[in-house]
Amino acid sequence: MKSSVIVFPGSNCDRDVAVALEKFQIKNQMVWHNETILPKCDLVVLPGGFSYGDYLRTGCIASKSKIINSIIEHVKKGGLVLGICNGFQILIETGLLPGVLLRNKKLKFLSKNVFLKVINTDNRFCSNYKNKDIIKLPIAHNEGNFFADDSLIKKLEDRNLIAFKYCDSQGKVEKISNPNGSSNNIAGILNDKKNILGMMPHPERLIDPILSGEDGSILFTSLLKS
Amino acid sequence: MKISTEIINKHGISSEEYKKIIHLIGREPNLLELGIFSAMWNEHCSYKSSKKYLKTLPTKNVKVIQGPGENAGVIDIEDNDALVFKIESHNHPSFIEPYQGAATGVGGILRDVFTMGARPIATLNSIHFGDTSHPKTKNLLSGVVSGIGGYGNCIGVPTIGGEVKFNSSYNENILVNAMAVGLAKKNKIFYSKAEGINKSVIYVGSKTGRDGIHGASMASAEFDDNAEEKKPTVQVGDPFTEKLLLEACLELMKDDSIISIQDMGAAGLTSSSIEMASKGNIGIEINLNKVPCREKNMTPYEMMLSESQERMLLILNSGKEKNAEKIFSKWGLDFSVIGKTTNTKNLVLIFDKKEVANLPLNSLSKDAPVYDRKWKKSINSKKIDPPKDFYNKDLYESLKIVLSSANNSEKNWIWEQYDQTVMGDSIQLPGGDSGVIRIHGKNKGVALTVDSSTHYCLANPIVGGKQVVCESWRNLIAVGSTPIAITNCLNFGNPEKEKIMGQFVETIDGITQACTYLDYPVVSGNVSFYNETKNKSISPTPTIGGVGLIKNLNNMVTKNFKEIGNHILIIGKTSGHLYQSEFFREVLDFKEGPPPEINLFNEKNNGLTVLNLISKQLVNSVHDISSGGILVALSEMCFPSKIGAKITLPKINIKLHEYLFGEDQSRYIAEVKEENIEKVSRILNDNSIYFENIGKTQEKYMEVKNEFKASLDEIEKLYKYWFHNYFGESI
Repeated sequence: MKSSVIVFPGSNCDRDVAVALEKFQIKNQMVWHNETILPKCDLVVLPGGFSYGDYLRTGCIASKSKIINSIIEHVKKGGLVLGICNGFQILIETGLLPGVLLRNKKLKFLSKNVFLKVINTDNRFCSNYKNKDIIKLPIAHNEGNFFADDSLIKKLEDRNLIAFKYCDSQGKVEKISNPNGSSNNIAGILNDKKNILGMMPHPERLIDPILSGEDGSILFTSLLKS
Repeated sequence: MKISTEIINKHGISSEEYKKIIHLIGREPNLLELGIFSAMWNEHCSYKSSKKYLKTLPTKNVKVIQGPGENAGVIDIEDNDALVFKIESHNHPSFIEPYQGAATGVGGILRDVFTMGARPIATLNSIHFGDTSHPKTKNLLSGVVSGIGGYGNCIGVPTIGGEVKFNSSYNENILVNAMAVGLAKKNKIFYSKAEGINKSVIYVGSKTGRDGIHGASMASAEFDDNAEEKKPTVQVGDPFTEKLLLEACLELMKDDSIISIQDMGAAGLTSSSIEMASKGNIGIEINLNKVPCREKNMTPYEMMLSESQERMLLILNSGKEKNAEKIFSKWGLDFSVIGKTTNTKNLVLIFDKKEVANLPLNSLSKDAPVYDRKWKKSINSKKIDPPKDFYNKDLYESLKIVLSSANNSEKNWIWEQYDQTVMGDSIQLPGGDSGVIRIHGKNKGVALTVDSSTHYCLANPIVGGKQVVCESWRNLIAVGSTPIAITNCLNFGNPEKEKIMGQFVETIDGITQACTYLDYPVVSGNVSFYNETKNKSISPTPTIGGVGLIKNLNNMVTKNFKEIGNHILIIGKTSGHLYQSEFFREVLDFKEGPPPEINLFNEKNNGLTVLNLISKQLVNSVHDISSGGILVALSEMCFPSKIGAKITLPKINIKLHEYLFGEDQSRYIAEVKEENIEKVSRILNDNSIYFENIGKTQEKYMEVKNEFKASLDEIEKLYKYWFHNYFGESI
């Protein structure tokens, strides 16, 4: 499997996710945002960080980058796209995923480990979570409060397009286990074709027992299955 | 233009100093030159009051590659890896404008580290605020925390440790000390010393604006009622540009283009150009028309004294300019050849084709004034009788009061605003004895801690100075690392006052004694004087940033209890020193008396033996005993894993409260499995270390036999949410 990590000015999780991909034998290439042609690959990763300083609106300026058109082409051909944190924000700004990411409800940056319930395991990113549906991953963001109107929420729920929801250690999805105020505790969503995943938590930060967990590894090993 | 006495005063130059300027340059300076002198000769840049004493600090051991005097200190952590680190204050600006002041404090210290060729891998901070009931505290605290987070999170360097303290002495002078740590290759360290004549001097980074003019001078004076008016002297940070600057610099550093590099920090273009040239003993000529400016019609005076952030000065090898420019333009940064090195040993500034300043470099650096300030010995706090009834205080109630106080409660409200896990190598997060960062791609790590002493130093600066170094050393030992070196940030009041100067001199004495004995040298740091408002000074506050090496991460320990039924050992002697303790302060509001003494022999012996136990994997958890004493330390070991403790007081001749809340130094708590207890006891005995086996870990209760038994959940609630309650937030 081959991947491309897109590097925007201000990306800061590009190296981390490249390390994770390579750890699981995914052959990765770093792609500068000013490129117009995407190298041949199966997976595109939009990493976390503060692309263009996130000065206008998170992910907004990056969504107008030169590389974006070729990513849209890649998606149309059924290629996989993973957007993590700022990457999720960019996917929303490009229109590849629906909804909007608002500031956290307490209006503060939030960095902590959270529990997630894996809602959809029937996709290329999460299939190996079948035997483990409560996982722990770190979040680190200021604008991760996923908001959608009722009809969109209904669509996401009905079509099973929600990948992860914030929950407690027992898997209960409740208001108290919602760290940022997201609608329906949503932490990650898929597009209709399920070839795009956008998520606020950082799987690349939990791929080693010494980092107090390997729940992130499972996402990368899922990708390896064809 | 004639320089009037008023103008000289406004520049913070004394009449004696002005005479010295005339003597050194053989004429009266023009206004631009006076501004340059003021920027170089102020306390913040020249260390004129502290130099004499800083020289007495130990700065070398076998691991030190670069001691004080460079952008940051450098130590050897084996396998051709080097660690580059420094701590610096941004106190004055943070009081005037908390968000930007704190943010640019982080930005500045990160630049100091990557200027030397190191990729930053961690930041830490020590922040001090006034009384929690002071009207400014809430705003300052939330502003500083979001400023630190705003900068560090954006640039993508984890914040791995820190401390926050409240004390009324900081009501009008908060402290913001930021530390950055970077990783470099031992054979690829970059220095600021210029070499060679006719080499290009290059400006890279952000444009120069009118912000931060005279920032360093502002930080070299006391505050009065008009501190608010000093807002224009505070710089405004842009972490996004700094991230680009970081990546561009590290990219350029891959080859041999750079002769020397210096970030534009305090006193901006002035101090960076002067430091580079004077270290190389050459001259430098700058054409100010080439300086990229953010605003129109900026004068040479403004350009030279601006403290706009995210700027660097480089001297490149001939012929390397084109490639360098390509890298900086890829990252969208300004790149301008603004001058050249010369053999004149002078700083020459050209503007509109005219020479606007010409100063001998020595007059600005080597010949800058050095003062031997008068000082007097501190009147050390004496043992006076504490309130009589303190033995009657309920133990459990007292524990709850201490744990739920601002200074002793958990700081998760703060850490959660800092990205702690970016870069994927954060092994121990804030809240333990030290933060631990794995060296990328390897199974070794570095332990990092910042510690300061307020109460102890005020009561006795020599003991306090010793104590804070030992506390730092102990925190590194407690995670299983070998302490290597420190960086220090010395925060004091006005050094022109004999009492304050005395506190400074004596604190340095204490630090020197401990660092020398523990072979724990100082490799970088800064001094922040004039933390004083309307004649009221802060408590003397040395902040120590300590660094240790864990050669094998499998031998690391954490403080949280691991299993039920293990033995709990107190390593080191408890004699029950309650003066200056959190129990006296929080429960009895009693603040008199001396701090606990430090016995450096015991400190070293206990510490090295605990390290030995950890490396032999004979202990399951370790925590040092510091403020709050045994009971607080035990609680902190219980909470994370929800494993309780049942302890019985040893039959020794001290009172209950003294044993459980005493703050005697050089002590650790260790959790030991039944199967290891004999071995551990033998090793401790062989090293003549006093220890007590006080009980065992148990299910979710904290219990002192015959005294109290309480559920951990109940205590933890009080410990965890002080900040949430303070800011009226839901939990």
